Amino acid sequence: MIDPVAGFLTPFRDAVDFILHTREAQTGGVQVGGLSEALNFTWEHLKVSGAAIGIACALAVPIGLALGHIGKGELLAISISNIGRAVPSLALIAFFVAYIGVGFTNVTLALVLLAIPPILTNTYVGVRQVDREVIDAGRGMGLTAFQVVRQIELPLALATVFGGIRTSAVNVVATATIAPLAGVLTLGDYILSANVYGEDGRLAGAILVALLALTVEFAFAGLQRLAAPRGLKIAS
Amino acid sequence: MFLVEPAHSFAAVEIHNRSGSSCIAQNKLCPGWIIDNFDRYTHPLLQHVYLTVVSVGIGFAIAFSLALVAHRRRWLVGPIVGLTGVLYTLPSLAVFFLLLPITGRGTTTAVIALTSYTLQIIFRNIVAGLDNVPAEAKDAGLGSGLTDRQLLWRVELPLALPEIIAGLRIASTTTVGLATLAVFAGAGGLGSEIVTGSNITFKTGVVTAGGLAVLLALALDIVLLGVQRALSPWRRVQSA
Repeated sequence: MIDPVAGFLTPFRDAVDFILHTREAQTGGVQVGGLSEALNFTWEHLKVSGAAIGIACALAVPIGLALGHIGKGELLAISISNIGRAVPSLALIAFFVAYIGVGFTNVTLALVLLAIPPILTNTYVGVRQVDREVIDAGRGMGLTAFQVVRQIELPLALATVFGGIRTSAVNVVATATIAPLAGVLTLGDYILSANVYGEDGRLAGAILVALLALTVEFAFAGLQRLAAPRGLKIAS
Repeated sequence: MFLVEPAHSFAAVEIHNRSGSSCIAQNKLCPGWIIDNFDRYTHPLLQHVYLTVVSVGIGFAIAFSLALVAHRRRWLVGPIVGLTGVLYTLPSLAVFFLLLPITGRGTTTAVIALTSYTLQIIFRNIVAGLDNVPAEAKDAGLGSGLTDRQLLWRVELPLALPEIIAGLRIASTTTVGLATLAVFAGAGGLGSEIVTGSNITFKTGVVTAGGLAVLLALALDIVLLGVQRALSPWRRVQSA
């Protein structure tokens, strides 16, 4: 008699075994699996995602702050995120592969395009939500436009900005799973090259990608809480 | 066999004349090829529509029920947002393969993964929409003798409609994008025209499949806006 619960869990146990111990590849010859390989793929996954998020922040936050400060470009800031949502990430990666080629830089660029819209929109909205009276008070105290942005608008918008970065980060980590299609060996390679890693490897990849996404989500949720100015936290 | 042969070569000649096989051979963007080969996109497109509509439909049914329950029992909002948030965070590609040992390959697996992704978006918007109903409107309803149930269906839900539809629009647009990954779950869709064989480097094919996905997202968005207009006749009177 086979215990149905054990039968259901067996694939998952085998997948964990794949992560912990090396074994011969389906295709024969080389060894696959094991902790060091999983860590290598995780590192590559984080590297390409981190580079993309970093570049996207460096571009989108200043533009969002500037647009929000002068109160122009609302249509651009809002509609860019609607358009961004409509373009499938798979099509975006495929487009880069077909037109520019494979490799780390190209995948990073594709992920940057994916990451910009939520950060830009949230930064813009966050700045626009700042109470006009606070800004007027700052102006009355003789702050320059740059000081208003730096000392009033950015701190008060920071939690919203981090909300956008969090959305982008989770999206980018999820999309980096298909990066092996473009020649960057992230954790997605376990999933997409099942002919090498086998069914256990594929399930192992799914587990690791899911854990990585949850870790990123919780890390950024924590950052978002830390980013709220102390005064606002007391008020809420 | 011999009867098929002439027709086959005739088709080949026609493609050659209209789009120039040299265009495809050089892997450029070939509008002629898209026109001649549009047939091959019909089935994936229909699969894509099916995956999106079914997932958003089931997602709406679940999220709507959860929101109605949580509307009367406020303490449930936090746990539901937390739980659906985890489902929202899990990458669809990972969920496809986490489900594989349980539901196998195919449409069911893809629909479960895509549905689980929509819950958070739709639930949040319904709750926010119901919260933003003006207290005066509810008082007026209660004052004119409506029961709780009548108040919900005749006052609160109609006034929350714009935000509910806004949630559905975000969910449907996102699901169209994610459904391109359903090919990895063995459920077809437009993604099959991007990843099967060497298609990922085939410029015309990538642009066609990606473009159709964007157009589908736009079309569903317009349909949902139409639904909103049809369900809120008082707004039409107001703006007329």
